[in-house]
Amino acid sequence: MADPATAVASPRSAPRRRRMVRDLKAMPGFTAMAWITIVALYLPIMVLVAFSFNENRSVVLWTGFSLDWYAKALENDGIRNAAWVSVKVALFATVISTIVATMAALATTRTRKFTGQGLVYGIINQPLMIPEIVTAIATLSLFALVKKLTGLNGIGYLMMAHAAFCIPFAYMPIRARLETMTLTLEQAAADLYAPPFKVFTLVTLPLLGPGIVSGAMLAFVVSLDDVIITLLIAGPGETTLPIYILGAIRRGITPEINAVSTILVAVSVLLVMLLFFVQRRMQR
Amino acid sequence: MTGPEVVTQRKAAVSVRGLTKTFGEGEYAVTALDAVEVDIRENEFFTLLGPSGCGKTTLLRLIAGFELPTHGVIALEGRDISALPPHRRPINTVFQSYALFPHMTVAENIGFGLRMLGKPAAEIRQTTERMLALVQLEAMAGRRTDQLSGGQQQRVALARALAPAPKVLLLDEPLAALDLKLRKNMQLELKSLQAETGITFVFVTHDQEEALTMSDRIAVMKSGRILQIGSPRDIYDRPTHRFVADFIGDINILDGTIESLDNGIASVRLKDGTAVLAQPGTATAARPGAASIAIRPENVRLAQAGETPTVSGTVENVVYFGAATNLHIRLATGEQMVIRNPGAVEEGRYRPGATIGAVLPPELIRVLE
Repeated sequence: MADPATAVASPRSAPRRRRMVRDLKAMPGFTAMAWITIVALYLPIMVLVAFSFNENRSVVLWTGFSLDWYAKALENDGIRNAAWVSVKVALFATVISTIVATMAALATTRTRKFTGQGLVYGIINQPLMIPEIVTAIATLSLFALVKKLTGLNGIGYLMMAHAAFCIPFAYMPIRARLETMTLTLEQAAADLYAPPFKVFTLVTLPLLGPGIVSGAMLAFVVSLDDVIITLLIAGPGETTLPIYILGAIRRGITPEINAVSTILVAVSVLLVMLLFFVQRRMQR
Repeated sequence: MTGPEVVTQRKAAVSVRGLTKTFGEGEYAVTALDAVEVDIRENEFFTLLGPSGCGKTTLLRLIAGFELPTHGVIALEGRDISALPPHRRPINTVFQSYALFPHMTVAENIGFGLRMLGKPAAEIRQTTERMLALVQLEAMAGRRTDQLSGGQQQRVALARALAPAPKVLLLDEPLAALDLKLRKNMQLELKSLQAETGITFVFVTHDQEEALTMSDRIAVMKSGRILQIGSPRDIYDRPTHRFVADFIGDINILDGTIESLDNGIASVRLKDGTAVLAQPGTATAARPGAASIAIRPENVRLAQAGETPTVSGTVENVVYFGAATNLHIRLATGEQMVIRNPGAVEEGRYRPGATIGAVLPPELIRVLE
């Protein structure tokens, strides 16, 4: 006998999937669960953003709308310096980690399968698996040793640390892109007399482009938002924006911090949206 | 062997000697090609035909250079190219998936090979235009490849592979993704393109009709080996192996025993004791002992009044399909036989249950390996 549900719903099989989705939505508590999730995720940010426009000095008592705190934040030298450090470190980390991640992704997808390949994935993704505080302390100890041996100081240490932990974030989208790219296109290029280097520059790299851009943007955002490693590694005059915010909170929360945080959120959201846009385009 | 050599001996474009390819290692090793020997002549349309997994695509990929042989040699015009990487072989490929570069225009795709060969810009432009005209895509030169239909992409792939004027063009089931009508058109187009350009085509397909229509010669493959190489007529009229006979067209196969061999003609006793004369295709097929004989349905004739039938049987089914009628009969041996167009068939002349006699002309019966 034919499945009665199918027979009643439609003689075609196409709507089957749609019906399943509808069924899930009809389950008790679905709507409540969705709202709880949305509120838990976004209510804090909404409160933060709202009070960044507060006229009053309080972050709990709304009195009226104003942009004063933004003006104040943008005039604050501490914030401006911190923002500049953040951008410098993030740019450096993005460039280095994206190059390394691209090479790693090529090595793990465009070579013959080798023993210990799983181990290599593990090694590349180390920063995702080890607690960040452990990585931070380990990096700190190493850098202390290097500083003692070489006598070198400066922001380079912070940049290197960021570049290192950004690698897996840059690596993931690049590898994903490479895995969806069939080898056939590269073989076609080789078949049409392109030597290996030309195959790479004329076919692999242009096709990999969207993956590299996503990887770079992800690395940038991750570097921009980092606290723990930065907190331990950053020397004097190397305060990044998140560290500045952390310090300012200790002195008491003002809507100025809300304003800076809102800007940081806006930049991150903008970059993530751009990332989705790029990924949508590459799925064409 | 498979009849007199009609074509005058031409130089081999591709010579394959003792070619073996295994994938994997140890107990997981799979032999994709097993000591394959073949000479593909200059300017011929050569087809590798076989079911999926028979090794035809592997052989093509080895000739292209995408895989390296485990053993054996591949020579191009007498020169060993076995160790050369793909970009150093004057051989181009039309891929089953077309593999057009999505980030380049149609014209850029077609000009890619010439560009890599370092040809001057003017020559690249000229050849590209000529190729676009050849495949009738002049209007599409500036388009992106994803804006083209399947048939148009197919033509771009073809033009791209032909543009550098390769010594040999490899085609890996290039028509598989096209619908039937387009496919028929492209078959004829490919054939005339081959004649026009004079380039040696090596064509891979699992479609026997396509192979018969287009090829100068066909190699039928099974399990990594070539069973028979010959013209479409050789393959169809004079199959040497049971697999070849079965794979191409419809055929009646009867089991029997070779009793004697006289002047290359075998006397075969069928299971019901009937003796028939048949032509062994190979020395192995001619060995005394158990053997299979084969005859095409259209070569079987009904016995006339007063004529002694070779075999007789009972009509089981009459299948009419417009241009032809098939008569399915059950022989005294218990085996089934199909007779196509048994003379003028008026409606209702042969009814199931009727006993009829059939004549099998000895020169059209093959003994199979």
